[in-house]
Amino acid sequence: MISHHLSTYLIIGVFLLIAGIYGLIQHKSFIGMLVSTELILNGAGVNFMAFNRFLAPDPAVGQVITLFIMGIAAAEAAIVVSFILAVFRKYHSIDPDEVDELHG
Amino acid sequence: MTFYQSIAEGLFLAFIILVVLGSLITIRAKMLMKTVLGLAVALLGVAGIYFYLGSMFLTLMQILVYVGAICIVMIFGIMVGYTPTEVAEKSIKDWRNKFLAVLSAVTAFLLILVCVLKTHWVPAAAGNRDFSAVHLGHEFLYTYCLAFELISVILLIAIVGAIILARGGAGKTAVDIPVEEKIAGVREEKGETTA
Repeated sequence: MISHHLSTYLIIGVFLLIAGIYGLIQHKSFIGMLVSTELILNGAGVNFMAFNRFLAPDPAVGQVITLFIMGIAAAEAAIVVSFILAVFRKYHSIDPDEVDELHG
Repeated sequence: MTFYQSIAEGLFLAFIILVVLGSLITIRAKMLMKTVLGLAVALLGVAGIYFYLGSMFLTLMQILVYVGAICIVMIFGIMVGYTPTEVAEKSIKDWRNKFLAVLSAVTAFLLILVCVLKTHWVPAAAGNRDFSAVHLGHEFLYTYCLAFELISVILLIAIVGAIILARGGAGKTAVDIPVEEKIAGVREEKGETTA
């Protein structure tokens, strides 16, 4: 009965988080980094929903916050994709190492 | 455990496998298109997990917004932006990058895993267990009304900004002009003469 334990869902959330962190460091393109960010946001959503189901007094709160996360993620994806298009038009590359005009 | 319960547990395991497989495809794939498709698989698995957490509405929203909208936006970004030869990601020459990725991921995983397993979770006093969309809508329009409106404003601003960025700005902007022309333009405006 693993679907009735809080820990199961928390471990799924942790897995999504670390997969996102790994991808964020390891990917060599902006799109890959964006995709990894979505994984991290989903890990947060799973965590909120798990606490909402097992611990919270009002089961609507976690769902509300998860929906907010979805809205933020949609806005973020739209902006980042158009940003990547603009960067690609200027630099003809999607490699984060080649976009280095600021020399940070 | 009855027959139906074991079917439910099997489906739950299948959703977990979807999440794990999708995440692994996402972080290991060399082609960008496969990366996004792996993300779609992982998000479908997460939708199934939301269903087991009691929210039918969020399951539908997850499929509709994430799989249906965000993944499609990313695929559009790939297909519009890059010619097929550039889609393949470069393999990582730098072993240090991979080492740092594995190190940070494993450290974070172990730390949070210890926290999850060592903590004694105390359930709150049972209030109402109303998971329905009606209750959710009431919460949205009464308790969280301000945040709800702010999210819609943020989405509007994001969409307008995305359009402006993607078409190269209102009129012609910094995106299209090379740096030298821009500097020359600034000099002309200041009235400087270039030797």
